[in-house]
Amino acid sequence: MVRLVLPNPGLEARTPSLGQLEYIEEEERSSRPKWDNKAQYMLTCVGFCVGLGNVWRFPYLCQSHGGGAFMIPFLILLVLEGIPLLYLEFAIGQRLRKGSVGVWSAIHPALKGVGIASMFVSFMVSLYYNTIIAWVMWYFFNSFQDPLPWSQCPLNANQTGYVEECARSSPVDYFWYRETLNISTSINASGSVQWWILLSLTCAWSVLYVCVIRGIETTGKAVYITSTLPYIVLTIFLIRGLTLKGATSGIVFLFTPNVTELANPVTWLDAGAQVFYSFSLAFGGLISFSSYNSVHNNCEMDSLIVSVINGFTSVYAATVVYSIIGFRATERFDDCFSTNILTLINGFDLPEGNVTQENFAEMQQWCNASDPAAYAELKFHTCDMKSFLSEGVEGTGLAFIVFTEAITKMPLSPLWAVLFFIMLFCLGLSSMFGNMEGVLIPLQDLNVLPRKWPKELLTGLICLGTYLIAFIFTLNSGQYWLSLLDSYAGSIPLLIIAFFEMFSVVYVYGVDRFNRDIEFMIGHKPNLFWQVMWRVVSPLLMLVIFLFFLVIEVNEDLIYSVWDPAYEEFPKSKKVKYPPWVYAVVVLVAGVPCLIIPGFAVYKLIRNRCRRRGDRQGLVSAPSSASVNGDLRS
Amino acid sequence: MLWLLFFLVTAIHAELCQPDGENAFKVRLSIRTALGDKAYAWDTNEEYLFKAMVAFSMRKVPNRETTEISHVLLCNVTQRVSFWFVVTDPSKTHTLPAVEIQSAIRMNRNRINNAFFLNDQTLEFLRIPSTLAPPTDPPVPIWIIIFGVIFCIVIVATMLLILSGIQQHRRKNEGPSEMEDTEDKCENTITVENGIPCDPLDMKGGHINDAFMTEDERLTPL
Repeated sequence: MVRLVLPNPGLEARTPSLGQLEYIEEEERSSRPKWDNKAQYMLTCVGFCVGLGNVWRFPYLCQSHGGGAFMIPFLILLVLEGIPLLYLEFAIGQRLRKGSVGVWSAIHPALKGVGIASMFVSFMVSLYYNTIIAWVMWYFFNSFQDPLPWSQCPLNANQTGYVEECARSSPVDYFWYRETLNISTSINASGSVQWWILLSLTCAWSVLYVCVIRGIETTGKAVYITSTLPYIVLTIFLIRGLTLKGATSGIVFLFTPNVTELANPVTWLDAGAQVFYSFSLAFGGLISFSSYNSVHNNCEMDSLIVSVINGFTSVYAATVVYSIIGFRATERFDDCFSTNILTLINGFDLPEGNVTQENFAEMQQWCNASDPAAYAELKFHTCDMKSFLSEGVEGTGLAFIVFTEAITKMPLSPLWAVLFFIMLFCLGLSSMFGNMEGVLIPLQDLNVLPRKWPKELLTGLICLGTYLIAFIFTLNSGQYWLSLLDSYAGSIPLLIIAFFEMFSVVYVYGVDRFNRDIEFMIGHKPNLFWQVMWRVVSPLLMLVIFLFFLVIEVNEDLIYSVWDPAYEEFPKSKKVKYPPWVYAVVVLVAGVPCLIIPGFAVYKLIRNRCRRRGDRQGLVSAPSSASVNGDLRS
Repeated sequence: MLWLLFFLVTAIHAELCQPDGENAFKVRLSIRTALGDKAYAWDTNEEYLFKAMVAFSMRKVPNRETTEISHVLLCNVTQRVSFWFVVTDPSKTHTLPAVEIQSAIRMNRNRINNAFFLNDQTLEFLRIPSTLAPPTDPPVPIWIIIFGVIFCIVIVATMLLILSGIQQHRRKNEGPSEMEDTEDKCENTITVENGIPCDPLDMKGGHINDAFMTEDERLTPL
């Protein structure tokens, strides 16, 4: 067993001792926020973990990495990486009873940078995540009409045909790229603010503000709806989906195992990354939420329950999504085939009904034999079910293009559209609660915002500030900016922060001390499994995933996809290289949080040196409470 | 003689109505696709109705009010159900220009479709584009209405929460100051010192100073 612990003087003074914990909990009862009941806490954590990624990232990964076989790396890494990290964050938050900055600076002042990096990443993610919610709201507003606006192309100026861009691509593509985003052809062409997106953004931020206005006092009530509604809607969609034609082909396609994929390292890498990001670790929000718990709350059970629910939700959502995708693919296949049949019977003036899907091939032969010249002039489309099933099904493409198209083909489309977008809205909003917590509490701990100000004002200022910066995503090039931030702000820095979190708790705080804390809090020491995971396996996994990511990202050219009607292969997206100044943005967004951690440590070191030179020792800070008659202290 | 005339007439007809002929249009019907089980068979009676509809459309054109059903010629009827048609002038020597026929059909497309229970996609006139129905645009886009409703609800909720927060704050601030007021009024108050109530006008004999009493218990044993 590795028993390395770095020297950490003053740790006792910075953290409350075990005996003081219960007393502190009593004292803080009126001043510090706390959960009304256990259900609120669990729903908030589940809501934070379960987000849009469970719906639109996991199904794609599952299908593209060998279907049912992907469950194996996913579950293995869930157990080796996700659950230990989650348990660690819950336990350390509950023990030290502070937000992320407070916890890390209590463990060692030089580690404050870890908390600040968490805050920075939470802020970056809040910026663009709420914009996605704004897009969801825009679609939600537009769902209350029949026919849905993305089911048909608009007419052109002289009403002789459809708008060209729409006719060449599809109504759903046109509605997303033109009528929603009004997208430009490159990230350079910023354009102007799209007022309709701005209105949706305002609405999204106002709803978020109402829910987080008093911290967990209000979010605790909101999560009763935002965390449970997605499951209800998913179940409704499952029932609806299974009754549609072709749903089973989608589910079969999703889960058909391809065991050879397990030999591909990218599969394991993607599984690890998905587990990690899906748990919303290293954002600081989970530590905060856990710190509002009572001291003897069973955080081990909590982490297991949340992990299981998260994994189950991913699989459940994947089933629902692929049943609908199977339906859509079957519809498209049937349409494609009908077009081919029509071409044949129109070309040869055969009676309707003579050519069906079954005898199409032989009829083709017959026609070719009877009149080869005329047959050669006919153009047939290739109808491949597999290609329809694997079309662009992740991220915003899944939600706003593929799924919306599938909805237009269902009877009672507006109802399904409203349900679907309410579900996405709730999923996104409950994740935003955690992000805002991860921004608000560190700012309070750092004393950037005065503590005397009422909470409503603090949350209002933060929401307003982030809202104003998010204007950049309402420009014509907004979607390109969002993809940029999504790829770089929410990926590499989190891996590094998580690695440092584990390292700090195990080696700077001391895993023995941590074990004693947990024994005090929940009644038994964490068993051998946790010890091995925390000390060796999970940090190693983090490091491996990070190195892999770095190698892959550094080797790749920074390219992105643009929507360009002038492209020859339109409606396919054009792959374009980023302009040079984007590299600076990437370095800023991904590099700053990573560098804050060592940077702050160096800064603290220099400050200590300077202080020692001036021969002034900082007073040892210890919690003290005023007492006139000498309260007994245990 | 009569036989000769008959052959002459059919010969002329045959010449006027030809696939890809000048001023000839191809029509294609997809009855089974449109009506499924309720599809009717395409026979000469249906053809008669078709000729009638085309003649009707032509009669609406100025200068062509005298078009008769017999002026409309059909040819090359196939099993697909597709055929070619032309419209001849009263003398039946030449066909009417395609442009006129095109505009006439376009003006009355809806009536023709309805006569056959079909629509623009299932009753196709090749080379005659159909005017697409403009989408119904409500005066105020629906999304703005929904946005307005939700935004107003959110603003009201925000106001309520902020106001109740301010009220709670005021109540907390007024709490201690209220206590000071009542002390001045000398109502049934108990002065509290160090958490121990003491009664300054205690009429009980033998003053017991509570402060000292409890202090004994509080001192740690040696």
